[in-house]
Order: sequence, then C-alpha cells, then structure tokens
Amino acid sequence: MNTLACIKRVPETGAKIVLTDDNQAIDTTSLGFTISPHEECGVEEAVQLAEETGGTATVLTLGSPEADEQLRTGIAMGADEAIHLETDGEQWGPRATASAIAEGIEAADESFDLLFFGNESADQENYQVGVRVAHTLGLPIVTGIKNVEIDGDTVVAEREISGGTEVFELPIPAVLTVKEGLNSPRYPSMRSKMQARRAEVATATPERSEANDVEMIELETPERDDSPAEVLGEGPEAAEDVVAVLEELEVI
Amino acid sequence: MVLVLIEHDDGAAIDTTLEAATIARDVAAQEDEPLEAVGFGTVPGDVADELGEYGVDTVFAVTHDGLTDYAPVAWAKSVRELIDDREPSAVIAPGTDRGGETFAHLGAIADLPLAANVIEVDVGGDEGYELTRQRWGGSLLEDARIDAEPNLLTIVPHEVTAEPATEAGEATLESYTPELADEDFIVQVDRREESDTEGVPIDQARVVVGGGRGVGSAEDFDQLEELADLLNGAVGSSRAAVNEGWRPHDDQIGQTGNKIAPELYIPAGISGAVQHWVGCKGSENVLAINTDPEAAIIGKADYAVIADLHEVVPEINRILKEKHR
Repeated sequence: MNTLACIKRVPETGAKIVLTDDNQAIDTTSLGFTISPHEECGVEEAVQLAEETGGTATVLTLGSPEADEQLRTGIAMGADEAIHLETDGEQWGPRATASAIAEGIEAADESFDLLFFGNESADQENYQVGVRVAHTLGLPIVTGIKNVEIDGDTVVAEREISGGTEVFELPIPAVLTVKEGLNSPRYPSMRSKMQARRAEVATATPERSEANDVEMIELETPERDDSPAEVLGEGPEAAEDVVAVLEELEVI
Repeated sequence: MVLVLIEHDDGAAIDTTLEAATIARDVAAQEDEPLEAVGFGTVPGDVADELGEYGVDTVFAVTHDGLTDYAPVAWAKSVRELIDDREPSAVIAPGTDRGGETFAHLGAIADLPLAANVIEVDVGGDEGYELTRQRWGGSLLEDARIDAEPNLLTIVPHEVTAEPATEAGEATLESYTPELADEDFIVQVDRREESDTEGVPIDQARVVVGGGRGVGSAEDFDQLEELADLLNGAVGSSRAAVNEGWRPHDDQIGQTGNKIAPELYIPAGISGAVQHWVGCKGSENVLAINTDPEAAIIGKADYAVIADLHEVVPEINRILKEKHR
C-alpha cells in the first residue's frame, strides 16, 4: 500500500503571538518551526501502513523553500519519498492550497492508496484543504479521524463523538484527515536525521490559483483579560474556601 | 434570506447550533432578510419552537430514504439543492465536526469559498462581508473578506453567546426531500461504539477537573478522579500529562484536543500554556490550583489556590464527602 502524508511548516508559537509591523504575518524571527501536530500523526500513520504492507510512504508540502526542513523530518520519521511544492512563502488561501496540492498529487510518480491530511492546520485553521483535494481527485474522504484500520479493500476510520466513537468504512483509495491522538509519532534517531539530510526531494513550483477565496485583510491579537484571579488562599487550609466557591457557583 | 444549518439531539437544538443561529440572525438583520434553517432527519416540534425563539421563520427538515445516518456528502448536496431553491445570501453552520465537514464538502461541490472559525460578521457594502475569524485556537484573530453568492461561514464553538431574539416568533416546519444519488452515501456512519470510560463525557460535564505535569504520575490522578466524581464531573488533562503517558489522548484539553465549555473548570498542576488555554477558555469559571503564584494559569483564572494539589485536593474531597453524608 502506498501512502501520502501532507504536512505544513508552522511556527512554534510561545506564550504570546507577536505580529509583524504591518499586521500581515506572525513575527517568526525568534521562533522555531515544526510540523502541525495533527499532521505529525498523519506522517506516522502513513509510514506504519507502508511498512506493514511493503509499500512506500511519501510526504508532501506546499510552502516556502525553508519547508524543506519539515519534509526532511518526515523522511527521518521513515517516509521514502518527498515532494516539495515550492512557494515564495506568502500565505495561500485554502482553495489555492488545495488546487496546487491536488495537481502535485496527480503529477506524482506514485499513485496513493491512502492520503493523510491534518484535520486543520495549526496556524490558519481553515478546515477544508483535505476535503477540497479529495473532491478534485474524486476520492472519498472523512475528517477528524483518531483510529485507522485496514480491512482488505476498506479503510475503517473512527471519529470521536461525545461518549464514544462513530465508525466509517471507506473504499480504498481514500483520503483521511486526522487528529492528534491517532498514534504516538516517533522521535527520529540522530542517524535517520543525518540520512534524511542527503535524501532527494522532488520539487515543483505550482501556479497560485486565482479562484475566489477568503481574503485576509489583517491579523490582530485578541484582547486578553488580565484581571488577576481572586486568590482563595494558600496551602491545604484553602480547601474550605474552595468548597465555599463551589457552593456559590452551585456546582454542588 | 439567510440559511443556518442546525444539529439537534434528544429533542433539543445543541448549544453550538444556537450560537450559530445567534450570529445568523444578526447577519439576516443586517441584510434585512428572513432567517431559515435546515436540519436532517425528523426535526422535533420542540426544536422548531426553540429555533422560532431564535428568530427562525422556516425549518426545512431534510428526509431521504438513503439518509439513515450522518453522511457528509449527502448533507452537503442537500444544502446545495436548498441553496439553489431558496437563493440565500449567506449560509452559516456551527463549526462542529459535522458542521465543518459538511461545509468543506459544500464549498468543494458548489465551487465556493468558505470562511471557517468565524466569530463576527459585518455584511458591509459592495465588496462582500468583512468578518473576524479565529486562528491558532483563538490566540490570533484574522480580519478577512468573503464575497460570493452565497457566503459560506462556520462559527467557532463556545465563543459566541447564544441569545434568543428580542421578539420571539414561530418557526414553520417543512419537509424537504433532495435528489441524491447512491454515490452520495459512500461515506456514511456505519456504526457507533460507546467509550469504556464511565461517567459524564468531558464535553457534557458541568465541572471538569484538569491535571497537568504537576500531578506527577498516572496514580496521582486518583485524587482528581475522586474530586470529579464528587462534583459529578469529568477529568481532563494537559498535553504534557498525555505525553507522559499518564492519561489517554481523549482526555486532552487544548488546541489539538477537546475544547470544553463547562460551568467550572479546575486546572490543577497545569501551568496554562496558550495551547492549553485555548481549549478551556470557553469555561464560565476557572479555579486554578498551582504551587506557583506566577504561573500563567493564575493570571487567566477567576479563582486561584496557591497550594500543592496533592495536599489541597484530598482536603477538598474530605470536606465534600462529609457534606454528602
């Protein structure tokens, strides 16, 4: 089984997000970068399934030349191939992103049986790229998945609901968008990181689609309520006061 | 008109639907148009009455022989057909798993842009809607523009306060049967499985007790479990406690886990990184227990106890048990 995991390079934000002077982007000068957490689980699942079935796992990203770093993390985690759809680093909307990724997948040497996306990217949270790609490719998709099993030509995918899970069965090939908790992504060894540095990455430069999309005007950081908490007390003696608050809030 | 997608459970509209209906009513008022709703399966009269109080004129209940359970493509195509019939200027859904998934399909099928995670809408002038949407779990806001026919929006759960209309109306219930093909049901819920964990699910609990790195071990969660039991609540955890292997991921509260909105949240031994805070900021009240008075969570909480949770939580449990007697 050949698998694909689509990933995105996102900054590791600290306690407070700082914006650039023009409010068009996050100031990343002092930040490191990572793969969105949901997508890290997508890579792990893609690699495990390829390993179990003797197929190949491919990682794909759309992003700046620097996103090469995240592709190499994917290779160090066990991916066999990597595809970089290179942009100038500008933020692309969800439709342009989806159409470029769909073209990139169609142009790839491999054909994929299972394609993994994150349920939403950590930074933009548009909740739609994977679904749009699936429609372009004519493949079934289900989103928000936290458990995946293969049963012959069917993928059994579970989504968390209140008090349990709901189960979907999709014919393969299929697309799944996944959530953190699907698995525990491996930490690549130093040796595999060194090897990943020398791996080959297939690169293409897609055209940015002009389709009508949501257009960003500017970013702002939300106002925060910094009013200090009412300190009920210190040490175990505070327990009485806690119970008084519980009574006041009518939760007991 | 403006159309809102509704979800209902046990004879009542779910909270996030009422939140979306509140925004949708505001958009309809700005457009000077009526508000209509679309739901799936048999929509009970009580739900229609509730929606009437939120300003909905008409509720379309979609029924179809194939629609035995949730099927995202079938839902999206049904809404699409209703859009063609009713020509709304905006179509709005709660940003739940189903609302968000259905609208992603709708955007793809109808070839329309979709603005997700919206919290505020200004219908503006000739250049479309100006809206505010959340990113990074709500630690960043984006002002954006969408200009399509219709504008598709999903609303962030637990951010907007659900408010009935000042003048309650009555909603008429109409049955609507779309034309759907077999292929629209390729993806449909096949079955449901109940979780093994006992007690109230975390997203329904009135009280949630959260534990973080400060708890120290899986066993030390017992005290938090007991407190949650005494309050008829649920236990959650930070990402750190999940990564330590002390709790299953299903318990995780935060940007990549559960987003909770209980009446009271009690984070114990949780420092309060922004990734955690965005998962619990919908709570009505936060009572933090932490040894460090400088911890970020203390600055964000309503009430704080500066104490070692291993000392104060058993004491709280003891008092509560005495009261129960």
